[in-house]
Amino acid sequence: MNYNITNILQGIWKLADQTGPVAIMEVCGTHTSSIRQYGIPSLLPPNIRLVSGPGCPVCVTSSADIAAAIALASLDEVIFTCFGDMMRVPNGDVSLYSLYEQGRDIRLVTSPLDALTIAQEYPEKQVVYFGIGFETTAPHTAVLVEKAAQAKVRNLSILNSHKTMPQAITALLQNESSIDALLCPGHVAAMIGAEAFAFVPEKLQLPAAIAGFAADEILAAILAIMDLLHKQKLDCVNMYPQFVTPAGNRSALNLLYRVMEPCDAIWRGLGSLPQSGLQFRPAYRDFEARTRFNIEKTETTEPKDCLCAAILRGKAIPPNCVHFSRDCTPDAPVGPCMVSSEGACAAYYRYREE
Amino acid sequence: MCLAIPGLITKIQDGEATVDYGGVSKHADLSLMEKAALGDIVLVHAGFVIQILDKKAGEELQKLVKATLDVL
Amino acid sequence: MDEVITLAHGSGGVKSRELVEQLFLPAYANPYLNPLTDSAVLSVGETIAMTTDSYVVRPLFFPGGDIGRLAVSGTVNDLAVSGALPKFLSVGMILAAGLEISLLQRIVKSIADTAKEAGVQIVTGDTKVVEQNSADRIFINTAGIGVFPVGRSIPPQKIAVGDCIIASGFLACHGMAVMAERNHLGFQPAIESDVAPLAEMVQGVLQANGNSVHALRDPTRGGVAATLCEWVTADTDILLYEPELPVRPDVGAACKILGLDPLFIANEGVVLLAVAQSCVKDVIAALQRDAHGKHAVLIGEVRKGSGRVIAVTEFGSHRRILLPRGELLPRIC
Repeated sequence: MNYNITNILQGIWKLADQTGPVAIMEVCGTHTSSIRQYGIPSLLPPNIRLVSGPGCPVCVTSSADIAAAIALASLDEVIFTCFGDMMRVPNGDVSLYSLYEQGRDIRLVTSPLDALTIAQEYPEKQVVYFGIGFETTAPHTAVLVEKAAQAKVRNLSILNSHKTMPQAITALLQNESSIDALLCPGHVAAMIGAEAFAFVPEKLQLPAAIAGFAADEILAAILAIMDLLHKQKLDCVNMYPQFVTPAGNRSALNLLYRVMEPCDAIWRGLGSLPQSGLQFRPAYRDFEARTRFNIEKTETTEPKDCLCAAILRGKAIPPNCVHFSRDCTPDAPVGPCMVSSEGACAAYYRYREE
Repeated sequence: MCLAIPGLITKIQDGEATVDYGGVSKHADLSLMEKAALGDIVLVHAGFVIQILDKKAGEELQKLVKATLDVL
Repeated sequence: MDEVITLAHGSGGVKSRELVEQLFLPAYANPYLNPLTDSAVLSVGETIAMTTDSYVVRPLFFPGGDIGRLAVSGTVNDLAVSGALPKFLSVGMILAAGLEISLLQRIVKSIADTAKEAGVQIVTGDTKVVEQNSADRIFINTAGIGVFPVGRSIPPQKIAVGDCIIASGFLACHGMAVMAERNHLGFQPAIESDVAPLAEMVQGVLQANGNSVHALRDPTRGGVAATLCEWVTADTDILLYEPELPVRPDVGAACKILGLDPLFIANEGVVLLAVAQSCVKDVIAALQRDAHGKHAVLIGEVRKGSGRVIAVTEFGSHRRILLPRGELLPRIC
């Protein structure tokens, strides 16, 4: 996009002079990692604080889902496929990575369709794909399932853990949060459309901006947010219109909802959030790996006293939590804020260590 | 979440685009954005084209930013 | 010769002899090895450098290299960055029964070619064969001995305030090439590794500017980040100029696609140097005289500080570089 960063920063500093402390939450893991990559906090005025929300589908995958993944990947007949991010998330002291180290056939994919190729290549095996991600990635899984159905591939199934973003943001921020504004995820918005984030100003009473992922794009969105705060205007500005249209990618969403439907889902650290997950519609339920392999639904053992939800809401800091640095470390994380290397607890742990 | 990066469609064949990211190309599925065409700059996430770049909108945004800054 | 490796090739009998005489000896031939005695008898100067490393890369062949080239280059480079002139190598192999002999021939040829390129002689070796499921086709260990040219100072391997950090070439090529091949990432054109023995290049620098080179390292696993985090001392900071980092366009694009930072990716054809500020230009010129150092460039500096490695971005913002954890995996979020 190539805005003049210096000008944008001058604008942000000028507006920050006229406001009190501002906490802006980003709910996208890629935003979090870009913000760190570009060293954005070191450019901002001290009264603007960027807070990382629960925006990484890896971090919010519940322990029950990880347990199911581990159970499936342990079966002799299974080739288990997943994104690289998922490999290291542990349940107890077992992770997909530790199974891989033990010689289990676990393969990284960079597209869900890789799982179909593998299934066709190994007809004697059962290929399971771990479907994680929000609206940005869920349509891909829908395509995978439709293609598999068309090609009559019977040895492919999905561990479906897809979730949707707006429900989670609402659950997290609707009551007594100390967040002042929201940086909305540009790529989720590319899929579900800018209009889908209208609930942020309307229901949550928070100004917001949809942001891209380059340094100038993130800063331009922060400028827009500061402008809204300054004018005390409730709005969600689309600062990523080159890829985000008002309605989003309708055909992808139609495809998604042809194959899946909303359901309640458990988020690591946040508990059960109504209608925040996606499950296969009846016609496609054969593709659900939990059913095909009779994986018992383990009661999710969300840790007691985990403060992640409060930390995410800005109501607590990591050392307030009884788990922090005792039984919750980056190598053995309890809550989502420790799972992600950019999560609040992991960052706190890392910098405190040094 | 959602690592997606823009690239240029240099070839389309059998529902698959070849997308050039500046130095290296990779295939991307077009099922989610069938209208994407040769020469489009597209956003690719996890092996699928999910959006097409709207250059005009980008220019509009430049103006928007400038307008915000000019008032300050 | 047979078509595949069997346990008999490791038995010490006829088959073992066949392998040595028909494959290894013709490939590595030199006066130290030829007598096939139990040890090679070497004549070296007073101070020697010695190192050993094992190679278990998968896939065995990747664009730009293979396990053989890697096994020679890695050990040669460990000697080179110690300031030594690599002279002798041992090659130990653990083969899994069933390995195609034709594949082994290709690897041995690559070892021989790379050794020649590096100016080292393979003076001893060993081969064992294990059951098919006990190893992944071939593991190679190489040990190396290097000598220090008379009168040359040995780099202290300790950075000093005011030092400049130089990279001898494009970063992350090797790690990205192997990762792309291993995970079938389907990049076109394929990303090529730059794995190479760098002894000649390093010697060129040390000959011209030996006294001003304070630290030298080949930033393999953990990449540039790991090396710098090891170099930095409690009372210094290392500043990296991010826009100056040499990254090939294809590798840069691949990093973006996979969400990886080139600073953390393994190199096998690159050397990092910490040199006194006064001779930065000379050192870069010396590096650039070698084919592997054409893209040598200043990438950072050492300052008084508190043990931090900091990348300065193109926007002038700062980012801490911390020691990496675990194997790098492509990510989608």
